[in-house]
Amino acid sequence: MSNWLLIIYCGLITFLTRFSMIALLKKEMFNDRIREILSFVPSAIFPAIIFPAIFLDNSGDFQLENNPKIMAAIIAMLIGIISQNIIATIISGLASYWFLIFMV
Amino acid sequence: MNNKFRVFLKGIFDVSPLMIPVVPFGLIFGVLSIDIGFSPIETMGMSLIVFGGASQIVLLQLFSGGASSLVIISSVGAVNSRHLLYGAVVSEHLSDLKLFWKIIISYFLVDQAFARSNEYFKKNKDKNKYFHLFGGGITCWVIWQTTTFLGIVLGAFIPEKLGLSFAVPLTFLALLVNDFRKLINVIVIIISGLVATFGFNYVPYKAYVIVAGVTALLTAAILTKLNKKNE
Repeated sequence: MSNWLLIIYCGLITFLTRFSMIALLKKEMFNDRIREILSFVPSAIFPAIIFPAIFLDNSGDFQLENNPKIMAAIIAMLIGIISQNIIATIISGLASYWFLIFMV
Repeated sequence: MNNKFRVFLKGIFDVSPLMIPVVPFGLIFGVLSIDIGFSPIETMGMSLIVFGGASQIVLLQLFSGGASSLVIISSVGAVNSRHLLYGAVVSEHLSDLKLFWKIIISYFLVDQAFARSNEYFKKNKDKNKYFHLFGGGITCWVIWQTTTFLGIVLGAFIPEKLGLSFAVPLTFLALLVNDFRKLINVIVIIISGLVATFGFNYVPYKAYVIVAGVTALLTAAILTKLNKKNE
């Protein structure tokens, strides 16, 4: 599949998830239970991107020793929990990562 | 000043503070997309056509890992399934709109605009209230396109050894900061992460995002149910 076709399909599926409920939904189709479970989608999906990007190297092997990403991610997470601030989380993570790879 | 325009401005005003974290997200997307090998026009096209930060980063991540198109598209769908919730929540306020406006509003229904307009909809009964979501959505759109563009330009100057790809897990981590304090969310986060990490090499077609997501969502369903029984 060409890159453009891939982009268009990804755009379509993104649009359809936004549009389908607005266009089709009758209120009673979604009960509180389904709403509650859907509210967990970020917690259920995002770690599947986060964890492999931290613990695995480019070829998909475990990289647990000499891995500055682990320490930097832990620092970012702690800052995030304390500050509840998205920018502070990203910046503290990047800053500790750079500190670990360039200074230590 | 007519009412529609006032509501539109209110939407812009309400969503603006939430735009600050979008700036690094857009820059990172632009830089990484060029780094992975997409052309500047394709990168801009992604932001214009998809218009969804998490979707676009997942697209990049899986594309660079060599996943097939089908897996990329369904993973993007999985990431987007939260929009079903947004649509369901705002649909009751938008049921009287013409199809044209439903299409426009759907394109602009991003996380930040949803969050602010949903609060506004609950408090206001005005029939032009959808202009609030339109204003908020356009604000997100302008910021997202601008920062993507700046990222494309900056990408040419940023050395690879800075390891900016690490910004991807960091950005997603930052999006979960509110969930780290809730026990069920923490368990769901750990399950998803472990399944994805251990499944990375074993789940066929790089579908580990979907497998991890579904497993974690089932866990959430079970835990919330158990939690209710105990109450």
